[in-house]
Amino acid sequence: MSATGPGHTPRTSRPNASSGIAYEEPLLFERSVEGRVGYQLPRADVPEVDPAELLGADGVRDDLPGLPEVSEVEVVRHFTRLSTWNAAVDLGLYPLGSCTMKYNPKVNERMARLPGFAAAHPMQGDENSQGVLELLHRLGGALAEVSGLDHVSLQPAAGAQGELAGIMMIRAYHRARGEQRTRVLVPDSAHGTNPASAALNGFEVTTIPTGEDGVLHPEPVAEAMAEDVAGIMITNPNTCGIFERHIGRITEIVHAKGGLVYLDGANLNALLGIARPGDMGVDVMHFNLHKTFSTPHGGGGPGSGPVGVKAHLEPFLPSPVVVQRDDGSYGLDAERPQAIGRLHGNLGNVGMAVRAWTYIRSLGSEGLQRCGEMAVLNANYLLARLRDHFHVAYDQPVMHECVLSDRGLSESGVTTLDVAKRLIDYGYHPPTIYFPLVVPGALMIEPTESESLEGLDRFADTLIQIAGEAHETPDVVREAPHRTRHRRLDETRAARRPVLTWQPEQPES
Amino acid sequence: MSIETPDNLRYSKEDEWARREGNRVTVGVTDYAQQQLGDVVFVELPEAGKVVDRGEPFGVIESVKAVADLFSPVGGEIVEVNAALSQTPESVNEDCYGDGWMVVIELADPSEYDGLLDAAAYGDFVKSRSD
Repeated sequence: MSATGPGHTPRTSRPNASSGIAYEEPLLFERSVEGRVGYQLPRADVPEVDPAELLGADGVRDDLPGLPEVSEVEVVRHFTRLSTWNAAVDLGLYPLGSCTMKYNPKVNERMARLPGFAAAHPMQGDENSQGVLELLHRLGGALAEVSGLDHVSLQPAAGAQGELAGIMMIRAYHRARGEQRTRVLVPDSAHGTNPASAALNGFEVTTIPTGEDGVLHPEPVAEAMAEDVAGIMITNPNTCGIFERHIGRITEIVHAKGGLVYLDGANLNALLGIARPGDMGVDVMHFNLHKTFSTPHGGGGPGSGPVGVKAHLEPFLPSPVVVQRDDGSYGLDAERPQAIGRLHGNLGNVGMAVRAWTYIRSLGSEGLQRCGEMAVLNANYLLARLRDHFHVAYDQPVMHECVLSDRGLSESGVTTLDVAKRLIDYGYHPPTIYFPLVVPGALMIEPTESESLEGLDRFADTLIQIAGEAHETPDVVREAPHRTRHRRLDETRAARRPVLTWQPEQPES
Repeated sequence: MSIETPDNLRYSKEDEWARREGNRVTVGVTDYAQQQLGDVVFVELPEAGKVVDRGEPFGVIESVKAVADLFSPVGGEIVEVNAALSQTPESVNEDCYGDGWMVVIELADPSEYDGLLDAAAYGDFVKSRSD
């Protein structure tokens, strides 16, 4: 049935408004027509030279690389069409647990595009970079204040690099004291990047089991803690969205044996203006500007993972650091013999620093606190609405996210993956699924502070409806999605037999 | 959810199975493990000759849902590795106690094998975790 068939009068007052254009789009390679070009270069008016003479025969390939031959408008349409397939936080709720997909205010973009920032060149010298350097210095100070730490480096280009930097500093700290420590403690609910950062620094990882109440307890930490342990990596709130309430005791245990405490700041959003990691005994942490401080996330822009430390780790911060001189001007200090080195060609992804600073200044300290409060309230509201319809792994008040599971649905044969796919039918990007690993069939929802009460209710109503469908018409859920461009993709085959490059069809001989 | 636990095998609490023939023990993951993991897409195994302790990771298994370590249920030298799994990881789902085997270990200490769970005890253990 077509709603816009011949003779049918569109009911809308604006006949041009349509839901009827949804493009399929082939690969650019499949659009290629031999000899078609976007631009034609003028005929060379200088003598031609054989490239092999200039580059050497090894530097010249024998065959052309087989790039698509297309016109400019084809390229523009291709990528614009693909862009309309995107799910984005500007289109709807994006409840990916642990990722904090909050709205990115447009004023951030305005500020980042001011010519003084956008056109600044990293090599133009301190003298001509006073504005940028002042902003970086102030942002570092604000992050230190928010976290209760003493110094911050904005160099790391993503959270995982911030983590790497943090563990490198822990290693450098112990080495400087003449100690050889070989192990790092990591709870079993940690992000996978935690053990990876430790391993990249040559540490052996000792996994600490989470308690049955979803938090880390002092006893297993005390049991594992010894003089050969460099430190512990804790995420707080943890990946189950629960505040690690024993963190004070745990940091005491680790410090008593000479270890340091690393905090994975992925979930800092929940603590903004309420609690400070530095006050909990944390020595070093990273921030995700693209989570907590509203810079673009997930392909929308480069990440930024500043790392903050207490004073005793300051000598090890990545070099150079931005300093304010006695005369009030700003500059770079690269005379840092104990620094772990450079983590970025220049000072980090500076455009992200501009956006984060804009966010902090537009909210102010009261606004930041309200952001943390609303993120927590929203997650608890969803949990309260959903707990009668989905199994809750650790049913207690949560921080910024809640973890449901498919356990109550197992009789219907409906799994977490099916629920996620069915949400797509209703226009929602699915939440994080099958993480954290400590909860089988996890469905991890983080609404962030961006959503209105009505928006949260619509999402909760949808999930409740899907829970009902799972019991009454399970096949509808198991075969979802139904309303998408493509039905359920064969993820297993894609993983087992990936085809990663386009291959021209071989002409039949 | 029904779980197969053949009587002629022994089991570890990390969801590996072990089958002893002489002094050699064949090792794989249990039916419960493969059901929990879902479709297995990659299995990383060591080279033959590696010596492992009981409880030590000897490889990695990756499914569409998760990545997990493979823990050796007994200690000893790995003398055979199921190389076919690199091409057909689906064997772990389709036949976890047969074609989905992973390594053969030359037992260092036979009492370690006897210390593993029998089918009934492992079945109870799985049940206790899912309640």
